[in-house]
Amino acid sequence: MEKKFQTIEHEKPWRYVTEDGLTVTRGSAWSGPGCHLGCGILLYTDKDGKLVKIEGDPENPFNKGRLCVRCLDAMEAVYHEDRLTTPMKRDPKDRGKDAWTPITWDEAYDLIYEKFNGFREEYGPESVAFFQGTGRDIAPWITRFAWSFGSPNNVFGMSGNSCYGPRVAGAMCVTGSFWVGDYSQQFVDRYDDPNWKVPEVIVVWGNNPLKSNSDGLYGHWVVDCMKRGSKIITIDPQRIWLANKAEVHLPIRPGTDAAMAMAMLNVIINEDLYDHEFVDSWTYGFDELAAHVQEWTPEKAEEVTWVPADKIRQAARIIAAADGCIFQWGVAVDMQKNAVAAGHAITCIQAITGNVDNPGGMICPDYILMYFSGWGRELLDPEKRKNRIGDSKFPMVADAYSKADADEVYNTIMTGKNEKGEDHPMKGAWIQTTNFLVNTAPDPEYLIEAFHKLEFVAAIDLFMTPTIMELADVVLPAASFPERQGIRIGDGVQRAETINRAVDRRSEGIDVRSDMQVNRELGKRFNPDAYPWDNEEDMFSSIFAETGMRFEEVREQAPVYLPFEYHKYKTGKLRPDGQVGFNTRTGRIELWCTLYNGYGLDPLPVYEEPTHSPYRTPEEYEQFPVVLTTGSRNWSLFHSEHRQIPRMRALHPDPTVLVPADIAEKFNLADGEWVVLRNQFGSCKRKVVIDQTMAPGIASTDHGWWFPESEGRSEEDGLFGALEYNCNTLFKFDQGKAGFGCDYKNMLVTIDKIEE
Amino acid sequence: MVRGILVDYEFCTGCHTCEIACAVSHDLPNNRAGVVVHHEGAWEIAKDAWQDTYLPVFTDVCDLCECGTKAHDGVPMCVHHCQANVLKIGDVEDLTKDLAAKPKQTLYALKEEG
Repeated sequence: MEKKFQTIEHEKPWRYVTEDGLTVTRGSAWSGPGCHLGCGILLYTDKDGKLVKIEGDPENPFNKGRLCVRCLDAMEAVYHEDRLTTPMKRDPKDRGKDAWTPITWDEAYDLIYEKFNGFREEYGPESVAFFQGTGRDIAPWITRFAWSFGSPNNVFGMSGNSCYGPRVAGAMCVTGSFWVGDYSQQFVDRYDDPNWKVPEVIVVWGNNPLKSNSDGLYGHWVVDCMKRGSKIITIDPQRIWLANKAEVHLPIRPGTDAAMAMAMLNVIINEDLYDHEFVDSWTYGFDELAAHVQEWTPEKAEEVTWVPADKIRQAARIIAAADGCIFQWGVAVDMQKNAVAAGHAITCIQAITGNVDNPGGMICPDYILMYFSGWGRELLDPEKRKNRIGDSKFPMVADAYSKADADEVYNTIMTGKNEKGEDHPMKGAWIQTTNFLVNTAPDPEYLIEAFHKLEFVAAIDLFMTPTIMELADVVLPAASFPERQGIRIGDGVQRAETINRAVDRRSEGIDVRSDMQVNRELGKRFNPDAYPWDNEEDMFSSIFAETGMRFEEVREQAPVYLPFEYHKYKTGKLRPDGQVGFNTRTGRIELWCTLYNGYGLDPLPVYEEPTHSPYRTPEEYEQFPVVLTTGSRNWSLFHSEHRQIPRMRALHPDPTVLVPADIAEKFNLADGEWVVLRNQFGSCKRKVVIDQTMAPGIASTDHGWWFPESEGRSEEDGLFGALEYNCNTLFKFDQGKAGFGCDYKNMLVTIDKIEE
Repeated sequence: MVRGILVDYEFCTGCHTCEIACAVSHDLPNNRAGVVVHHEGAWEIAKDAWQDTYLPVFTDVCDLCECGTKAHDGVPMCVHHCQANVLKIGDVEDLTKDLAAKPKQTLYALKEEG
């Protein structure tokens, strides 16, 4: 059956000239610089072609004219004097030194081709790894680039792939699909659509969506829903603004989400508050789950989570009573060794309360391109696919995740042997959209040691970063979103949009190229058959083929919406065979998960105490008596980006640690003083903010810090402060038993005052 | 006739969008704008009741975007972009009616017109 796509009727064409002589280009702001989302924007350029203003596009149902600080101020980023504007190379023996020589694009491509192709011929394509950053506009392009080169080793440089992957892979195993909250984002007429219903409850679990805007969720939709009556429950060690508007706030100890979720299951089952019809018809293993969670009384969970039992009960009852509940889970679920169990337990709450494919609950949107699975899988030789690093150790990762296991990739680089103990020489790396040395990876010193064993490393970015300064031999200058063509086809509820070039600086002699252009041009050299297109627009059109529209047509009518319906499991639309039910072995949501059982994992969620914790390692806790969570988001700085953008930096100038009164008193801390957070693994400098919103005994810090303004650019001079201020020195590569999750958000530290 | 801006501060999240929309369109230095968000909180009033309010304060720099800096729909950049949709521009006389419609709002009478 042919799909009916819905488009937007715009008042103006995609490009027009105003009465004031400004050219307006409508498009999408899929970053960098910026975030995950891809809001609808209007880019204003003057007679000289200079970008002078960006506005939110009110005709775009996604953001409806709204825009956050980063896009409003994008001009400061586009025209920043520190932008990389030409390819550069450096002798590998000068890694870490600011000793770059400008070269042409052709010279850079020739050099990269010669090196990578040499490795491919001598050691096999799997000797080159392809590193990407967070899920912005990268997954389709880098997977096709890596797989068509012949390497199965495309990597997200994070221990345990602790961002989104665990939740997505876990939901696929347990339910056969992935679920997102229903904020009406699938409907062109949004909150006015008659099929939509206001969620009665939104459970904000381990994220601050207003700031993080992750996974296709425009954070302020939560506020839109609050105005329409949605109640909020927050689960967070910090009493964020949403918590102060919530029915219940659960100030959880980081890393104990599985215990919290099982106590909620205990209450919902034992008080007979679950959705009997859904459980009987559509779930598998309910009796086993019910027996399994008996030990997780709210009183037991209180001891583990530090949240009063009656609050857990209250939250569970509110969730169970809701007709339409969104589980707005965040990256905190992933950033723990217990990620798979935590995600599984939360999914069990979702299932037994019937919040599955329901209005105002959790929905399962269709895709044009299942972007997080990558693009071009058929290009990879199945024999080479078997050589993906880490797969034999982690069957769940092997089955359910599109990238190689990062921890094992680093081990392989270090030792020359893969997880099976076989020789696997690693020779080269490609680094794209990622500053993982300061942002993503734990243990930066280990990472540097590993990377220095590689013979050749090429990178592409908007700015010189500590990662590139320390690790790369060639760097290419990337185009920012106003400078490039592209498509917005990403996470959450997918829509087809175009990213349209409004700025072209080639007349100034500045030839920055989009990631997609570079992947296509270089990819064509390595494997011409994989890139039959002469330009990016044709490449994009091939992805849009299903819509029956070319790039140029989508540009005029975007966003293009896919058909949507609720309760697809009742009509056979979730399974390829057309049978009713879910796309799992049993056709049901597997509370008792047959796949996990087959992988040698727990078929029911099991809570495990974090590796370094007040209870697991009490002697460490005596020495390091603060539970620290990292990765706290702020309004203006996206991960390690924006540190050099003046207006953005002014909103959050310093790396901070938020401490509650009891920690401030214990260490005699004053607001605004600089301290060192330290444990057995490392240390980092932070500025103290005494903050009553933090739960007692728990501190929180932000990540991704470096100082682009620093004179000390080289490794010898501090690498832009990248190591001294790096909170990821406080833990090691140490993933959960499924291969997913690492304790990024729950570690033990002490606080040292800095003697001036 | 006086023009003004009504703020529904119950839902202001403190996202700084109004500040930056203003600073960029008026080319103002860091931490200076026609609207600046103030924060009161977060502190505990009583058990489980917390004070945590953001309030955009309109400064003497605000010209309601009369200098040609408005968004294309004719409203000031801060109003157009406010992520929580808590800013409304209009004649103060009309906005007074909206002010009476719900608590936790404040009305700025900003500029004489005509």
